[in-house]
Amino acid sequence: MKTRKITPYLLVAPYILHFVIFVAFPVIFSIVLTFHKWNIISPMKFSGLDNYIRLFNDTLFLKSIMNTFVFLIIHIPLQIFVALILAEILNQKIFMRGFFRAAFFMPVVVSGVVVTMLWQQMFAFDTGLLNRVLTTIGLDKVGWLVDPDIAMSSIAVMATWKNVGLYVILFLVGLQTVPPHYYEAADLEGANRFQKFFYITLPMIKPTMFMVIILSTIGGFSLFIEPYIMTGGGPLNSTISAVLYIYKQGFFYYHMGYASTLGLFFALIILIVIVIQKKFIEREK
Amino acid sequence: MKKLIFYTVLLFAALSFIYPFIWMISASLAPESEIGSLVLFPNTFTLDSYTQMFSKIPIGRALFNSILVSTLVTIGVLVFGSMVGYALSKLEFKGREFIFYVIIFTMTLPFQITLIPQYILMVKFGWVDTYAALIVPYLMNALAIIMFRQYFKSIPTDLLDAARIDGCGELRILFTILWPNALPAIVTIGILTFMASWNEVLWPLIVIRDESLMTMPQLVTLFAVGGRADAQLGVKLASAILLALPIMIAYLFFQKYFIQSMASTGLKE
Repeated sequence: MKTRKITPYLLVAPYILHFVIFVAFPVIFSIVLTFHKWNIISPMKFSGLDNYIRLFNDTLFLKSIMNTFVFLIIHIPLQIFVALILAEILNQKIFMRGFFRAAFFMPVVVSGVVVTMLWQQMFAFDTGLLNRVLTTIGLDKVGWLVDPDIAMSSIAVMATWKNVGLYVILFLVGLQTVPPHYYEAADLEGANRFQKFFYITLPMIKPTMFMVIILSTIGGFSLFIEPYIMTGGGPLNSTISAVLYIYKQGFFYYHMGYASTLGLFFALIILIVIVIQKKFIEREK
Repeated sequence: MKKLIFYTVLLFAALSFIYPFIWMISASLAPESEIGSLVLFPNTFTLDSYTQMFSKIPIGRALFNSILVSTLVTIGVLVFGSMVGYALSKLEFKGREFIFYVIIFTMTLPFQITLIPQYILMVKFGWVDTYAALIVPYLMNALAIIMFRQYFKSIPTDLLDAARIDGCGELRILFTILWPNALPAIVTIGILTFMASWNEVLWPLIVIRDESLMTMPQLVTLFAVGGRADAQLGVKLASAILLALPIMIAYLFFQKYFIQSMASTGLKE
């Protein structure tokens, strides 16, 4: 069936226009900006490679990237571990399964702002729930958000609490693809629960596992509002994330050229990590 | 025995997910002096925190702004996304493949690259402190287009050809034939878009300085980190509850759709 030749172009025209203005132009302009010094108000000044030289000497930026990786290294394994346990249990015949699923999923839909404000109270040193529980059972208080060695882990735990419900659902979908007769065969062979998990379940849900890793990596790299509200990046810059640092350079000091350089550099790191993960996944498949 | 362990783990987990929310609600209803305790039911109930919050920040206005912005963004993403999805799935034209790759490129592009230049665009357009800054950049969404394209592919083309013989224009075909047949896709994309827009906070923090134009998450964030709550916890929590409530109520009613929608984003990857 023929349609008018121009029709498809009219349908995609708004998208193309939007793409050119809000994606293509910004990408090109961000590269131009990296060679300039600019605070938006005065004219743009060409500055050669100054921004790049500054970047590699900016210990705080490098620290913010390290912090982001610390976050990922704690957050992703913890999230997979907790999500797998909960999904594995929910995959049995469980009374009120729908209720549990809904409860775990609740923080996923709620704004990160709310979750962060809530956990700020849970983590509070003197009045917080966690330290009260610890002192009640006779342990010492922990400086969840005031100890520089612990603060980022606390944020990673909170992020896990917020997102884990989504990953429980994804793993549940994955677990339901495992044919039941695999387990029956293993039962006949006398395999125990752990053997079944490691030799049947785990290999079968590999695709889900990889998806979970990639999704939470992308999410983790955009860490911003949690440290912004909870710690402002402190104590001793231990929770300043890369996005928070870029935000500060851009919208606190108005270093547009430099912030753009940081953004570009960090985006490259993200892409490299994702590509490595994808390569690894393809090899495993 | 095994079951006992399972239920213990589940109950403990469920409690850890629900308790903080209930505590937050009860703390916002308690007098400031009683919030320190972890008891779920304060001795005296009071709406003090809420009346104070309403007098300190324009939260009603922020609620209006959030509803307006999220609604317009969602409508835009559905209308424009389905237009492109339709062209890519059901029409043949030169450059179709190219546009598809452009969309995939947009999806893989980290937002950290475009953040600064997009802000500069807003400054140059004179859009700082306008609704346009909150709405226009979000009117198109690559993931929505891909999801529409996937879904439309499953709808038989005969249906469209019949309508064309009757003289229907392409837009009419899209909205009167494809849309009614694509309700699951529309619900999924609608929920995802509305939720993402409702919870977005980094971009508003950058482009809005005028308090009367702030969305809920932004206003609540600035209230929480700024000094205006006078360190009164109850007032802060009250504002957090107003931010969470609309989505939580929607979630309680449409739980199944929320869970399906969120799960489907992962599966499409």
